[in-house]
Amino acid sequence: MKKVYGSAQEALDGLLFDGMFIASGGFGLCGIPELLLQAIKEAGTKDLTFASNNAGVDDFGIGILLQTRQVKKMLSSYVGENAEFMRQYLSGELELEFNPQGTLAERMRAGGCGIPGFYTKTGVGTVIAEGKEVKEFDGQEYILERGIFADLSIVKAWKADDTGNLIFRKTARNFNPPAAMCGKVCVAEVEEIVPRGSLDPDAIHLPGIYVHRIVQGDHEKRIEQRTTRKREDV
Amino acid sequence: MWDRNQMAARAAQELEDGMYVNLGIGIPTLVANYVGDKDITLQSENGMLGMGPFPFEGEEDPDLINAGKQTITELSRTAYFDSAQSFGMIRGGKIAAAILGAMEVAENGDLANWMIPGKLVKGMGGAMDLVAGVGKVIVVMDHTSKHGDSKLLKECTLPLTGKAVVDRIITNLGVLDVVEGGLKIVETADGVTEDELRAATEATIV
Repeated sequence: MKKVYGSAQEALDGLLFDGMFIASGGFGLCGIPELLLQAIKEAGTKDLTFASNNAGVDDFGIGILLQTRQVKKMLSSYVGENAEFMRQYLSGELELEFNPQGTLAERMRAGGCGIPGFYTKTGVGTVIAEGKEVKEFDGQEYILERGIFADLSIVKAWKADDTGNLIFRKTARNFNPPAAMCGKVCVAEVEEIVPRGSLDPDAIHLPGIYVHRIVQGDHEKRIEQRTTRKREDV
Repeated sequence: MWDRNQMAARAAQELEDGMYVNLGIGIPTLVANYVGDKDITLQSENGMLGMGPFPFEGEEDPDLINAGKQTITELSRTAYFDSAQSFGMIRGGKIAAAILGAMEVAENGDLANWMIPGKLVKGMGGAMDLVAGVGKVIVVMDHTSKHGDSKLLKECTLPLTGKAVVDRIITNLGVLDVVEGGLKIVETADGVTEDELRAATEATIV
């Protein structure tokens, strides 16, 4: 079973179709599958629905697919950093479904675990609860949220072996494991593919059973808010 | 009357040794400067416990950011995890307290801090999950708007982030608790009388 592909384009070959539903990892610009997003842009696949916490910035992340009008709908918790997103949303060209961040993460995790719905108290009594089943457990109200079952997952990890076992780095892990789990097929881009046996089996963050295709590449890893302190402050 | 830093310092008094805490953006972020010797672990909801200060210039790591997307550092106690687990610990009540900003709070503890109809809506991020899940919700906010209108209301006018979720409110005028029947004054800020605080408050004070 060959999982390693030579390029992001090859890793997506045969998986893309118009109108598909893609779950993507990343938080802001941290840990986003930047090479796979670029390859989807080049493939020109249209009418995409994305489950992704954010929508990138104008010229990076999912933002590059907004420029080319390839995105029909977003499921996100926060989209504040993207002017083109706002323009398309306010003009009605783009659909947006706000999900509370933890609800979005759990919807992905649940979908990947074969759980079609779960009850949560997040959003009870807010606009998020509108149209959703409300159920009382032990005197407290909860709303029903659905698991996400995506056509494709695209994620970014730090290291992989050729069987698809993944290790993430620091806060670049974020939505990547739950996003990886909820797709019919998962493609992971990594900074390094290491020889089988060189990852500590006790340290694997996401077992290769969730990962079908892997590609190694160079990542820009752009910083969204560069914030520092001066050495004199200490 | 308290300034931003005095409000943050007052909010820091709410934190006790051993607490796991989530700080929101704005004045709540300043609370970290006033925890002193207390053993507090800060959670960043993008997947980190044990959040450290901003990095020195030249040591920024694109893989290490906080929930405001700012570069940060790790500590010797730091642990990383994914977003589902992060919100699992939030929803599961493992985080002792969240200190958050607000646009409006109602006397029953309703909180509005994520959208103003007709204005640009950026999203709720993790705020709805936090207020629904953490042990104690502490709001730090200005008592009144620029026009002098009370932000502590009988009912919120803005779309809610959570219903009956706020426990304590720290404003530039004082500290109030959400109790049965309305808000209860805990203390007033330096140079503020109880009458002045009452006069600046629309919500019922019991």
